[in-house]
Amino acid sequence: MADFLQLLIAGIATGAIYALAAIGFTLLWQTSQTINFAQGEFVMLPAFFALAAMKWGGAPFWLACLVAVAMSLLILGVAFKGLIVDPLIKHGAMPLVISTIGLSIFLKDGVKDAYSAEAQPFPAIFPDRLIEILGVKVSLAQIGVLIIAFGVIFVLQWFLGGTRIGRQMQATAQNPTVARILGVPVERMILYTFLINAALAAMASLLISPIYLAKFSSGETLGMAAFVAAIVGGFNQVRGAIAGGIIVGVLDNMAAVYVSTAYRQAVPLVLLVLIILFRPQGLLGRKEERAV
Amino acid sequence: MKFKGLLPFAVAVSLAVPALAQDIKIPNIIELSGGGATVGNNWKNGSSLAVEEINAAGGILGKKIALEFVDTASDPGKARAAIQRALDDKPMAIFGPIYSGSVNATLKLTAEAEVPQIIGGEAANITAQGSKYIFRTSFGQNVSMPKIANYIRDGVKAKSVAVVFVNNDFGKGGSTSIIKELEARGIKVAANISTEAGQADFAADVVKVKGANADAVFIYLNEEESARFLIEARKQNLDKPMLGETTLLGQKVIDLAKEAANGAKGHVGLTVDAPIPAVQAFGKKFEEKYKYKSDHNGMKGYFAPYMLKAAVEKAGKWDAKAIAAALHGLTITTDKTPGILIEGTWDDTGEIDRISFLAEIKNGKQVITETLPKLKK
Repeated sequence: MADFLQLLIAGIATGAIYALAAIGFTLLWQTSQTINFAQGEFVMLPAFFALAAMKWGGAPFWLACLVAVAMSLLILGVAFKGLIVDPLIKHGAMPLVISTIGLSIFLKDGVKDAYSAEAQPFPAIFPDRLIEILGVKVSLAQIGVLIIAFGVIFVLQWFLGGTRIGRQMQATAQNPTVARILGVPVERMILYTFLINAALAAMASLLISPIYLAKFSSGETLGMAAFVAAIVGGFNQVRGAIAGGIIVGVLDNMAAVYVSTAYRQAVPLVLLVLIILFRPQGLLGRKEERAV
Repeated sequence: MKFKGLLPFAVAVSLAVPALAQDIKIPNIIELSGGGATVGNNWKNGSSLAVEEINAAGGILGKKIALEFVDTASDPGKARAAIQRALDDKPMAIFGPIYSGSVNATLKLTAEAEVPQIIGGEAANITAQGSKYIFRTSFGQNVSMPKIANYIRDGVKAKSVAVVFVNNDFGKGGSTSIIKELEARGIKVAANISTEAGQADFAADVVKVKGANADAVFIYLNEEESARFLIEARKQNLDKPMLGETTLLGQKVIDLAKEAANGAKGHVGLTVDAPIPAVQAFGKKFEEKYKYKSDHNGMKGYFAPYMLKAAVEKAGKWDAKAIAAALHGLTITTDKTPGILIEGTWDDTGEIDRISFLAEIKNGKQVITETLPKLKK
């Protein structure tokens, strides 16, 4: 039972980070029909912004984290939208998809050449201490990840549903033409979406890098897991991405122990195929909306 | 006036071109991007350092070496295509790849072209395929695993072992070899756990290891995954001896796993911490030039040009077939070829025999506890 709980907690903590990245997929898809195949690299990059600020700028860790978030908003939010999405979106989805794949390669190789090909240790936001709860060893880092990830998700849900800007963003996501007629500044709402995606990616990066190390290639696994999570949960619902992230995180761990370590990566993909076959809108996605 | 200004440049070019044309180009086909980028970049730096030294000392039989780096992107298919292209130019030798999967995909090409291929791969099956043109820079698993199995039996005195390996050619080869050696010594394999290259979360794997209740754990993963495994093992309070072969005890693992690496023990084929002055001097030289500590792949890369040098000098001529023939049965000694750092002997299959070490991580440092002799004296 203790092992089961251990796996469950580890899976939820990993899944919460997948969820942060998966939410980015759903937000961009809803507001601008963009599938960002560089999402994993968006989670990899902010850690290197922080490392660069510490290494070359001599910044303390807290300042480096702020630099990482600011750089993410600027590069992964404003520049990504202005330089890649806006010019290409008018030509349809395919050029944009190809360009985000190209962007992911550029970011990976850019980090490798500019910083290092080696995995880098990343300072922990939370102390690396273990506590025992019901016979289960849990690290404070894991608890911190859970609290921050769920806190961010809760604030995001409140922002989208409980504020004027959030509702305008939702209106933009549901029908940009009608939203524009009703006076919603659609372009600005789309920009906000990109900024939120960049902030979530930065948050995920700062949370996951102390545990999994910062490496130029770490976005590959993360991006794939988040993409599967978004589809499993529902590409058109933020809550779907959250559920999908946690399901993928937990399933991966459980499959390794109770099915086979050799086939652990296949189990979430089997779930993905089943979802596409029998519930293409995802577990929590709405059928009347777009299905992916 | 314009032509007058160009004259010195033209003279310089006319003098330089023949000199460059006499350089011996050696394709260095390695993992510079993708999952093996760390490994490949270490090899690249090590081989570059050796070539600089060899060229500064006058080259090999009067000819300088020029390394041509080609990136395999850690992909066996791309490695095969790169070797095929390189062979079109009829090179005297090829360095790399390092990943065993890529070596396996390419060794028949070099054998057919009769071009010696000096590799970093350690999978046991590489030298068992009958190629007369493949040469290792480090132990194959068929050499290193008997040594670690002896240590598990005699040093650790474990009766049962849980094996954790990475699911690629390197890991599968290591798992097969160590299981064979353990069983031959009457040691029970309590679990054989497969993990993925690049895997981030090892919670489930550690739970499985704990469930196996073995006397010791044998970890055969790449450096980063080794570090992640050790961190998770510490978190879950897995208090069994953590044993491994070379990668587990590398500096990268120590840097990444920090305190979690303490206590890890095992067999090390190559390490800059070896109690040999020439090896330690190499370690310092490498660190001064590249600003980080070389791992075993840096050493492997460093050996490759010196192996070539010794073979060409023995053959007495630059000829691919003669170089391969010269390497078979060759013992390269440190008095004649100081760059080889540790005396090594290559047999008819390209397998290497040299001394090796038992080591332990203590207080964040690799400490050599014993030097093991060559298998055949």
